[in-house]
Amino acid sequence: MTVEEIINIVLLTMLALTAVGIARLRNLFAVTMLSGIYSLLSASIFVVLDAVDVAFTEAAVGAGITTVLLLGTLMLTDREARDGSRANRAGAMIVVVALGGALFYATLDPMMPRFGDPRTPAQTHVAPQYLKDTVPQGSSKEPVKVGIPNVVTTVLASYRGYDTLGETVVIFTAGIAVLLLLGQRRRRRRDTPGQNPSGNKDADRAAGAED
Amino acid sequence: MDHHFVIRVVGKLLIPLVLLFALYVQFHGDYGPGGGFQAGVIFAAGFILYGLIYGLDTLRRVFPPWLVRLLVAFGVLIYAGTGIASMILGSKYLDYSVLGPTAAKGQHYGILIVEFGVGMTVASAMVLIFYSFAGRGRQTGEDFGEIDSEDRRDRPDG
Amino acid sequence: MVDLILGLYNYWIVIALMMAGLYIVISRQNLIKKLIGLNIFQTSVFVLYISIGKVFGGTAPILDGTDRIYSNPLPHVLILTAIVVGVATAALGLALVVRIKEEYGTIEEDDINQMDDES
Repeated sequence: MTVEEIINIVLLTMLALTAVGIARLRNLFAVTMLSGIYSLLSASIFVVLDAVDVAFTEAAVGAGITTVLLLGTLMLTDREARDGSRANRAGAMIVVVALGGALFYATLDPMMPRFGDPRTPAQTHVAPQYLKDTVPQGSSKEPVKVGIPNVVTTVLASYRGYDTLGETVVIFTAGIAVLLLLGQRRRRRRDTPGQNPSGNKDADRAAGAED
Repeated sequence: MDHHFVIRVVGKLLIPLVLLFALYVQFHGDYGPGGGFQAGVIFAAGFILYGLIYGLDTLRRVFPPWLVRLLVAFGVLIYAGTGIASMILGSKYLDYSVLGPTAAKGQHYGILIVEFGVGMTVASAMVLIFYSFAGRGRQTGEDFGEIDSEDRRDRPDG
Repeated sequence: MVDLILGLYNYWIVIALMMAGLYIVISRQNLIKKLIGLNIFQTSVFVLYISIGKVFGGTAPILDGTDRIYSNPLPHVLILTAIVVGVATAALGLALVVRIKEEYGTIEEDDINQMDDES
């Protein structure tokens, strides 16, 4: 067992414990803080598993932006969550245990690629080609296709350029959708919950038509 | 406003460094870890931090909402436009090899330009989302930072 | 036996996280809690992909011209974009929750269903 493996196992266990904590807590503020910790832990795991670019993104997104967005939503909505009904929770537990057991059984298949094994199909198919095309390695004198050392950037922007274009468009669309949902003027409805919502909708519609 | 004194001073020191680091990550993504997605998120985090400390109005003056909306679309335009440019220069869509004197150089330029577009879209989309949420809180009469004061008042007992 | 556990431990944790996320999504009524559950589920998929990409003795796939073992860059690319798209879609979900709160005055799913039934 190397140090790397021990760190990996410890971090993964902490991640699972944080997830259990998130599932059990009802105070949404505490849940938000725990989900920030969860992101930070997963970013650390990504560093241990050599995915520095991913870790970078996860740290900035999870600990920074997601937390701010969740806090903003909490400010606009409720701070405390109710538990589901007992029947609901029991049903969910049955589903989860059955599915989790089935997945666990599936991992015991001898064909399942072991962690860190360099001979698995995932390692032998296209990745070596990407690594070879990028920068001349040691003694090889083959022509270079892309001259930059960070293979992740190469694959992201060049080999999978269409894919990344699609992702960028998704982010653009999500931004526009949030703007449409929350950006326009808020209609007059700052009152107690439990009021008859149907009576208010017509008034809202009239107010919306005036804008 | 006095009780945020430490945060304001530290923020003033930290935010330029955050933005500078984002630029480093953006344009050094070919040699080290980094790229458009990471840089965009860090850039947006810097602006959001500024907005949380100095208020939404100040941030709106620094980075006006019309500019944000423009940049969200402009980043996608840069990305898609690079593809068109490589088509005009006689290659396939998003094949950057023709953009430079050699194929490797062209790929390098193309990747930098495309990553810049990605970073622009990601950063401004995140700031746009922040504006939408924070502006919503403003209309209900609450400042974005003050979560505690509102805690007792806004509890529905349903 | 130890080899088996070490070789599969990542998958088991991924399964545990995935099931925790699924449990939150099914059992809780609160819409914000459901979205956080979805986030946990999503992160478990990220950990799965990155685990598959790891090679023992490898290093981060940033080449320096020498012969070394590098981890697989392809899962990194897929997950990198997935994270940023994930936060954009999570923001969209949260925006919908805010609008639901404004319309219904609550974000508990059973209350919302009840109001829909009454009207």
